[in-house]
Amino acid sequence: MDLNYTPEEQAFRAEVRAFVTTQLPADIGAKVKGGKRLAKDDFVRWQKALHEKGWGATMWPQKFGGTGWSAVQQHIFEEECAEAGAPMQLPFGLKMVAPVIMAFGNQAQKDTFLPRIVDGTDWWCQGYSEPGSGSDLASLKTKAERQGDHYVVNGQKTWNTLGQYADWIFCLVRTSSEGRPQEGISFLLIDMKTPGITVRPIIMNDGEHEINEVWFEDVKVPAQNLVGEENKGWTYAKFLLGHERTGIAGVGRSKAALKHLKEIARQETAAGRPMIEDARFRDRIAQVELELMALEITNMRVLSAEKEKKGGHAMGPEASILKIKGSEIQQTIAELQMQALGHYALPWLPEALDPAWPGEPVGADYAAPLSGHYFNYRKTTIYGGSNEIQKNIIAQMILGL
Amino acid sequence: MDFNYTDEQNALRDTLSRYIAKDYGFEQRRALAKSEIGFSRDHWKQFADLGLLALPFPEDVGGLNGNAVDTMLVMEAFGRGLVLEPYLSTVVVAGGLIRDAGSAAQKEELLPAIAGGELMLALAHYERGARYEVSRVDTAAKADGSGWKLSGSKGVVLGGGASDKLLVSASTGKGVSLFLVDSNATGVSVRSYMTQDGGRAAEIALSNVAVGADALVGPEGGALPLVERALDYGIAALCAESVGIMAALDEATLEYLKTRKQFGQPIGRFQALQHRMVDMVIATEQARSMAMMAAVKADSPDAAERRRAISAAKAYIGQQARFVGQQAVQLHGGMGVVDELNVSHWFKRLTLIDLTFGNTDHHLGLFSDTLLAA
Repeated sequence: MDLNYTPEEQAFRAEVRAFVTTQLPADIGAKVKGGKRLAKDDFVRWQKALHEKGWGATMWPQKFGGTGWSAVQQHIFEEECAEAGAPMQLPFGLKMVAPVIMAFGNQAQKDTFLPRIVDGTDWWCQGYSEPGSGSDLASLKTKAERQGDHYVVNGQKTWNTLGQYADWIFCLVRTSSEGRPQEGISFLLIDMKTPGITVRPIIMNDGEHEINEVWFEDVKVPAQNLVGEENKGWTYAKFLLGHERTGIAGVGRSKAALKHLKEIARQETAAGRPMIEDARFRDRIAQVELELMALEITNMRVLSAEKEKKGGHAMGPEASILKIKGSEIQQTIAELQMQALGHYALPWLPEALDPAWPGEPVGADYAAPLSGHYFNYRKTTIYGGSNEIQKNIIAQMILGL
Repeated sequence: MDFNYTDEQNALRDTLSRYIAKDYGFEQRRALAKSEIGFSRDHWKQFADLGLLALPFPEDVGGLNGNAVDTMLVMEAFGRGLVLEPYLSTVVVAGGLIRDAGSAAQKEELLPAIAGGELMLALAHYERGARYEVSRVDTAAKADGSGWKLSGSKGVVLGGGASDKLLVSASTGKGVSLFLVDSNATGVSVRSYMTQDGGRAAEIALSNVAVGADALVGPEGGALPLVERALDYGIAALCAESVGIMAALDEATLEYLKTRKQFGQPIGRFQALQHRMVDMVIATEQARSMAMMAAVKADSPDAAERRRAISAAKAYIGQQARFVGQQAVQLHGGMGVVDELNVSHWFKRLTLIDLTFGNTDHHLGLFSDTLLAA
């Protein structure tokens, strides 16, 4: 056992850093570091740049165009991307629908969809939750009726992230009401341009448009867009959630956020001294850093063990540990960033999040996004299966309770 | 980075877990704790036969050249077994100090004797009133002919009562220095007592204790970094011991949740208790990660890096151990607070580990202060 990076791993880090620091467009890096609003094009440009390097889908198996990196290499990549201010690679195509297509899709679906995900052509979004089906996802009601060579879909999805930009949505739909609720669910791929689909914004607590409701009214979906078998969608859905949790620890991003927090605590003053010199506040930073140090090692222990066990495929229930701790840490850092501002956390200037805004900031130039970020990040312990659901998973799958 | 153990380390783990399960039963251990010396010379001999007492020493003095990860595996198993023998004080801390700072003659005299199980050694450093401050030493050493005369007192010296020799820190004109003192030398008085967890510690008073020039360990005035390093080895070992106990408490508690019935069903069916159990398991895994880091960084020659990692691990594991210990007791209900069940003993040991070599608050403070420099 050795927790030090090998010379090869250090060389790999240098290679990643050289690429990321030179190829990440400067305007995008500045927006991410400044907490500004990102446009669709920012995500797409970065995905295309990574794709050109051959790093578009580092977590995929090599036969589908992935890199075959070790857990440690993947960690180094995420850390360097976060440090440089790269936008997050959105998980909906890369980490959610793609693994399902790889494992359960037919050849035509693999050939059609996978290359367009990795090269940034298609923007995917998720159609899982419904107003009446959150943690109890299997109770979902959006209905797909088979009519000849297509399905007709009716219903409503919610908590759909960034679907306003999406080309495609993957949906869990009810194709049967026989037997247990889990047994009548199917997994459909739907073109967002199909008539009958309406996307309605849900404004988040930070005032931003990040999520949506998606309505389906007699939406015709070709039967060839069914993944796997009809009524087996629940199996695929659970498989997908296992993949979603990879990288959900967010260690690289939290390390960058912690660094930002320390910078803020050096700038902000109390009683004429930098906040970092205030022992009560500094101890709170130290405390979250301890949690993050532990999670960084736990994350790599889990990912390394998974790789050895399953050749780099789906995550087991151990991933729930990463989700729980990772989300709590993200929230704590966001909260401390806001707290560091004192009463300069009060002003709400949504226009300051526009990269082109020419105005004067109120207070420090880093202040504007921090409170909204805190409010927004309460989502992290709720999405992807709430942390309470994750604890149920651990209790049942690992502990046998 | 590599998270796998070597074949030798896996073999060591197997040997240890068999030994603890077979030869270190809970009832035996309770009887030992109440005995005169508080541990078993037979066990100590067996540790020597298994090579455990030679583990961290170089091969040229009969050691096995093990590293802090090897020590971690030993201490994890010792945690589960609540081992009473003074391994930490003799082998890890005092032995580590001689290995790192002793003269060639001192190493040749002492390390093979420790490895063979013939010699017990303890570091007598902390003093009452200094609390956890490593640099505060009031015990004084005055030059006397070619040797020294030591006077002062040392508090809560782990394993002090059973030790044949003591490593005593004392201030000379040049600063804090270390001296080897025979426990039965004239002017040494040792008051040994039982600790809350059934272990042994001692208050040691020195009154004009004469030692020769060859008793000095390391350079005169240069003891503090040596003591600090030895204590850091000890802390890494205590972190591993904690993790061994936490894992054992998790197993015991999970078993209890599955078998204890109330309201006509196993209490593990209740979600409030399920989630608590999950929180315990997560705390243990996170603590294990930090214990690994502490073990790896304990060998680091970079003192600042080592300080940061060791204090991080001690503070964090102290918090997680407190949670796991308290919750294991709570989930066991009344059975968690009785002497006859091992749960209360694991809990007491975890609690005392936190209080040893700097508690959570102390090390959180040291870690937090490193943020000022960064």
